[in-house]
Amino acid sequence: MSRAAAFAAEAGKRLAAAGPLNATLHWSQELLDAEAARVDRMTTAGPLAAMPVALKDNIVTVEQPTTCGSRILEGYVSPYNATVVERLRAAGAMIAAKTNLDEFAMGSSTEHSAFGRVKHPLDPTRVPGGSSGGSAALVAAGVVPAALGSETGGSVRQPASFCGVVGVKPSYGRVSRYGLVAFGSSLDCVSVFGRTVDDAARVLSIISGSDPLDATTVDRAPMRVPKALPDLRGLTVGLPKEYFPADLDAGVAAALRRTTEKIRELGAEVRQVSLPNSAYAVPTYYIIAPAEAAANLARYDGVRYGRRRVGPEGGIRSLYRTTRGEGFGEEVRRRILVGTYVLSAGYYDAYYKKAQQVRALIAEDFRRVFDSGVDLLLTPTTPTPAFKAGEKTEDPVAMYLADVFVCSMSLAGLPAMSLPVGRSEGLPIGAQLVAPYFSEERLLAAAQVLERALDPLAEVR
Amino acid sequence: MAWETVIGLEVHVQLRTRTKMFCGDRTTFGDPPNTNVCPVCLGLPGALPVPNAEAIRLAVRGALALGCTVHETSVFARKNYFYPDLPKGYQISQFDRPLATGGSVSFESPERGRMQVGITRLHVEEDAGKLLHDRFPGKTAVDLNRAGTPLAEIVSEPDLRSPAEARAYLTTLRQILVYAGVSECSMEQGSLRVDANLSIRPAGTSKLGTKTEVKNMNSFANVERALEAERARQISLVESGHRVEQVTLLFNAATAQVKPTRSKEESHDYRYFPDPDLPPLVLTPAWIAEQRAAVPELPEAKRARLEAAHALSVTDARVITAEAGLAHYFESVVDAGADPKTAANWVMGEVMTTYNESGSFPVPARRLAELIGLVREGVLSRQAAKRVYSELAQSSEQDPRATAARLGLVQVSDQGALSGWVDEVIAAHPGEVARFRSGEAKLMAFFVGQVMKRSQGKADPKGVQPVLTEKLR
Repeated sequence: MSRAAAFAAEAGKRLAAAGPLNATLHWSQELLDAEAARVDRMTTAGPLAAMPVALKDNIVTVEQPTTCGSRILEGYVSPYNATVVERLRAAGAMIAAKTNLDEFAMGSSTEHSAFGRVKHPLDPTRVPGGSSGGSAALVAAGVVPAALGSETGGSVRQPASFCGVVGVKPSYGRVSRYGLVAFGSSLDCVSVFGRTVDDAARVLSIISGSDPLDATTVDRAPMRVPKALPDLRGLTVGLPKEYFPADLDAGVAAALRRTTEKIRELGAEVRQVSLPNSAYAVPTYYIIAPAEAAANLARYDGVRYGRRRVGPEGGIRSLYRTTRGEGFGEEVRRRILVGTYVLSAGYYDAYYKKAQQVRALIAEDFRRVFDSGVDLLLTPTTPTPAFKAGEKTEDPVAMYLADVFVCSMSLAGLPAMSLPVGRSEGLPIGAQLVAPYFSEERLLAAAQVLERALDPLAEVR
Repeated sequence: MAWETVIGLEVHVQLRTRTKMFCGDRTTFGDPPNTNVCPVCLGLPGALPVPNAEAIRLAVRGALALGCTVHETSVFARKNYFYPDLPKGYQISQFDRPLATGGSVSFESPERGRMQVGITRLHVEEDAGKLLHDRFPGKTAVDLNRAGTPLAEIVSEPDLRSPAEARAYLTTLRQILVYAGVSECSMEQGSLRVDANLSIRPAGTSKLGTKTEVKNMNSFANVERALEAERARQISLVESGHRVEQVTLLFNAATAQVKPTRSKEESHDYRYFPDPDLPPLVLTPAWIAEQRAAVPELPEAKRARLEAAHALSVTDARVITAEAGLAHYFESVVDAGADPKTAANWVMGEVMTTYNESGSFPVPARRLAELIGLVREGVLSRQAAKRVYSELAQSSEQDPRATAARLGLVQVSDQGALSGWVDEVIAAHPGEVARFRSGEAKLMAFFVGQVMKRSQGKADPKGVQPVLTEKLR
């Protein structure tokens, strides 16, 4: 049995065992074996040879359906592969599974999937975070070493933090969005989960680089896997005071204190900085992302593909109303309505235009801090560890605030990641590192030093 | 009361590209439904638009030909509405930051003489698909071949004052765009479409009245007819004490009437916003300058030059420059050595007839120049040359001299042959001979004609007369 075939068999066993997590939407041993056979046929072993990788089910693939966790795309199979899928396959990776997600990536707990919620691998009563909860849970459960998710406003970093794995969001424009089903196009980034920083870095280096099929990718050389550093000497790490509120969860605060101390011990200078406009990140995000989503989701109209239902009254309007009314879940409908509202005549200036102005101020805050000699920022990834299922589903704003520390980097287009830095009452806690635009190599190199120095399983107090 | 009509036009022209605005599918007209489609123009999940550089180049060239300022930065925007022919649920267009603004077109108004129409803006956008209502009984089918076809929308100022003036402006606009190579501008193939805005106001006042929009005209003549109908409708509304409502009307060519569409359904809020999939379109001043230099000679300039260089009459120059292809052909014939005045007559005669019938120039310009040369040398009569031309146009033959010879049309100036035909004519018309000899000199034309007839057009008329004069003496 070849190495790839052995890995495929093992991945299949683990996927089957992980079934109760409800983390996957599509996978089969046949497809895994076919992937292994394809890898075996490759004339040169790629940098990811025989690595099983799971994909969030909003990344289109020819071999499996792509549902985005929505009834409206139930059974839809893409006639083309996303650019990131092509690159992973060319590098020898095996596509292992498509993972569960909040419908169209809208959510922070993976409870908004039309196909049932994903369970936290350490505590089934809790959520794994979201919207890339399926991918996070699979990596945390040791099913695959790495998985792709997508971020619009923290949908990889937040579940990475909840599940105790590495989650990296690259700079906007670093990775092609071609084949990532659009949610908020100016924010969407294919992002990576890894068991280790190195796994995540290796996958990110393969999928990064400009793409002639995505006009928003930046024409720069692909990211390289960073060289290992001995320590953090010479680096200045900023702690933005707005990200350490007084009511921060005690466990999260303790984990961040420990991380800060470790950063100092490793030779970095630590200084407090301020990002005053980050206070507006969540409301700004919840105007821009729904506005773009309302337009991006207009194509699911029942005319060409996906679910199609006509109401009793018949006609084209009935087709739209019934297909969309029945096909989209509550959260998606809520965001389409919000997005439609903020773009409407008479409201555009007050909401969408204003939000874009605030977005520019948020990005300017980061620029100013990085220009002042700060190399990296350190913040908590989430205000609390993983919360209980059902805890926030009735209160959309409480759910939105789970992303309070991760939205601003998305609005600014910056690379950022969550690194597991400890546990509180058995639940993982993530620290967020943020770097200047296109400085992923610095981000990942520093994270690797911290990863070596910190025990992510240690209880913090 | 005397009413003044105020008209502004929105013209959509298809940019003459091989492929679509945001993907690589072909733009061929008339292919089987849904064969020129891909994930991008079908609006499949995950697909993204990438601008077509050639479409941008042509739009910029069009804008420059219309005297517009081309902006170094323009922004693609999404125009949101639901319709089954619109795959993404939005059209990628441009809104508050168009490619170009502030141009003008000089044209000949039938009422007011030469005048200028302001061009408010020119922007690029993608076309929608097509709904087919007659393909399956009781059902509507969608053909997305046209979806994503690159268009330039050209919006005029409300500077036009009559339906005839609107038509004259359209004719000139079309000429310019065809000359500049921007678009085929064929209404039949849908590569030029016109939406017209019309309002009326009491003559001498300056406040604009409520405008209506008229659509569904399939020819320039129908634009004029539709606007006539709408003008009459508005005047009779106002004169009977009603108000004009802001509606969209469809023209019915069969009845020459305009009919309002349901106005409430039409009151769209398009919720424009910048398309996050497309970075702002940035053009460098150097590149824009390059495009400006590449704008070919436009109809007005060409007409003036032809008048001056070839001593053509104003009318002849206008007829020849009306079509870019015709003007180009004329110049090629002259360049190949033909006398300009003779070439002009050919181009306005036989050449234009075949062009109007076939849309092409089957006789290469160099060959027509040779043919004209044969007439000048006296080898062919003008009549015979026309027959050679039509033979060349219809067959694969190329050489006018060989064709003339094959058809037996080469002019005969051989004295023996001419004498023979003259003798036969004199013998056949004793009465006319007697009258001529008694002083009826104008009969000479009759004898020349008879000789030409007897020779089946081959006799060289210049050679015939001396022989006749000699023999009738």
